[in-house]
Amino acid sequence: MSSLSRDDVAKLAGLARIEMTEAELVELSSQFGLILDAVARVQEMDLSGVKATSHPQPLENVARPDVVLPSLSPEDALSGAPAQEESRFRVPQILGEAE
Amino acid sequence: MALPTYDEVIAKWDPVLGLEVHVELNTQSKMFCSCATEFGGAPNTQTCPVCLALPGALPVVNEKAIESTILIGLALNCKIAPYSRFARKNYFYPDMPKNFQISQYDEPICFDGYVDVEIETEEGPKQFRIEIERVHMEEDTGKSLHVGGATGRIHGADYSLLDYNRAGIPLVEIVTKIVPGTGKYAPEVAKAYVAELRDILRGLKVSDVKMEQGSLRCDANVSLKPIGSDVLGTRSETKNVNSLRSVERAIRGEMIRHAELLNDGKKVKQETRHFQEDTGLTRSGRSKEQAEDYRYFPDPDLVPVTPLASWIEELRATLPERPSLRRKRIKEEWNVPDKEMAAMINADVLDIVEATVLLGADPTKARTWWLGEISRIANEKELPIADLAITPAHVAELVELVAKGDLTDKLARQVVEGVVAGEGTPSEVVAKRGIKVVNDDGALMAAIEKVCAEQAETAEKVRGGHLPAAGALIGAVMKETKGQADAARVRELLLGHLGQPI
Ligand SMILES: [Zn+2]
Repeated sequence: MSSLSRDDVAKLAGLARIEMTEAELVELSSQFGLILDAVARVQEMDLSGVKATSHPQPLENVARPDVVLPSLSPEDALSGAPAQEESRFRVPQILGEAE
Repeated sequence: MALPTYDEVIAKWDPVLGLEVHVELNTQSKMFCSCATEFGGAPNTQTCPVCLALPGALPVVNEKAIESTILIGLALNCKIAPYSRFARKNYFYPDMPKNFQISQYDEPICFDGYVDVEIETEEGPKQFRIEIERVHMEEDTGKSLHVGGATGRIHGADYSLLDYNRAGIPLVEIVTKIVPGTGKYAPEVAKAYVAELRDILRGLKVSDVKMEQGSLRCDANVSLKPIGSDVLGTRSETKNVNSLRSVERAIRGEMIRHAELLNDGKKVKQETRHFQEDTGLTRSGRSKEQAEDYRYFPDPDLVPVTPLASWIEELRATLPERPSLRRKRIKEEWNVPDKEMAAMINADVLDIVEATVLLGADPTKARTWWLGEISRIANEKELPIADLAITPAHVAELVELVAKGDLTDKLARQVVEGVVAGEGTPSEVVAKRGIKVVNDDGALMAAIEKVCAEQAETAEKVRGGHLPAAGALIGAVMKETKGQADAARVRELLLGHLGQPI
């Protein structure tokens, strides 16, 4: 069985800015393992004659005309932001000090 | 060891280039949503659930963006893929709220093209073929403002502020194959390539191509190999190169920096560097927390783009004249000397002069107005010439008024001033300001008699057959009539008055 270490999950959670408890980290690391195993089974199949699929429907060329429609107001746009300043989304420090 | 000079660098090392140019298309709406693309709006006034990546939002591609990208590909002699897809380029960075950028990966819409550029060298004009690897569609990122820290740079900032107005603006990336064999001309060839691209894009009317506003941006990859070697050196990628002059400076600077490292037996680090406009040097870019692995995969929210061959041919038929050919044609048709041609290209007035000529103006006259008086005013006002209130139609009218003798050159300059000040068309300015050539022979004769009396000695010389002396008298008459007289008529009357053949 493949597995993801607890630290791998902690790193992913950190990048995605999702706060997780120690118990959740441990539980998810084994669940990720199950998912990876399921994908591994698909990889065992001989799919040499099957075209890669990126969409469930056989659609092509779905486009829209180049027309402007009203946007959200800045208030609405920012309404879900954990922090904002000067009508902008405020995000935590991206990089630390230069090396 | 001291920094090697450029001549020392090229005596030992052979540069290899790779150029990636990002172009913002000038569509009205964004790539995958209907938000406006206008530059300079208040923060976060041009966003919606799609470009903010709110849950459940579904992107739909802008058909005009596809058309513009195919046009670009065709103009760059590319093949157009009958089937191409969008892919997600995954990375965690706040300028992309989705945590991925929609781009194209192994199925770009255009591929395998070329652009020929010509540069002036000591040995005369030299042509270089820049091969195009691919042209693909993607979307621009948001703009970040770094707060705190000493310099407003990302390093040491306390936090950052994000404006997503730019996120999702259609972007086309044009990637060259590696460009070998430019030798000491590498910086000039790169500059000429970006200039040619800019002119091609402008001719296609698919982008504003304003480098200073970031609608055309160049990333320059540079590496050095010992002359004669087949082994490529390690490259650096310089971003932020936002003017034609900077393209040249950045590449020259990087060649010198690499050579210094290599001469010292050190290694060039493969990294992203940022061009510093003030010093002309580059500095190391943000350090990546992990190796770049964008985990590209086809975007399941978007469907394949499969342009019909007949549509591609329709688009091909609309391609405008290639800029380099157009310049050659114009130079010959208008009989423009080399220096003047270069001046027009440098001042970026070729389009505007051509528009004036197409309205019936004499090419030399049209060129002289735009390059001379009008350029001078633009410089004085520190405005791009195209932003002045004067248009090709105005200049064409002006040239006609002068040709008809309704205006002298001097009066015409006053009219230009009026047109630029927003006083209307040349005829309107003439009427409003009461500008007119003195055609009244009586008034002219009075002025001539006055001048001949004041400068009797000079008048006597002319009377004695010394014609060059007439110039000073004509000048004085023009001054007397405040430039409102027609100099040719003054000459006729003056010479007649002094008993000389006309
Ligand atoms: Zn939007």
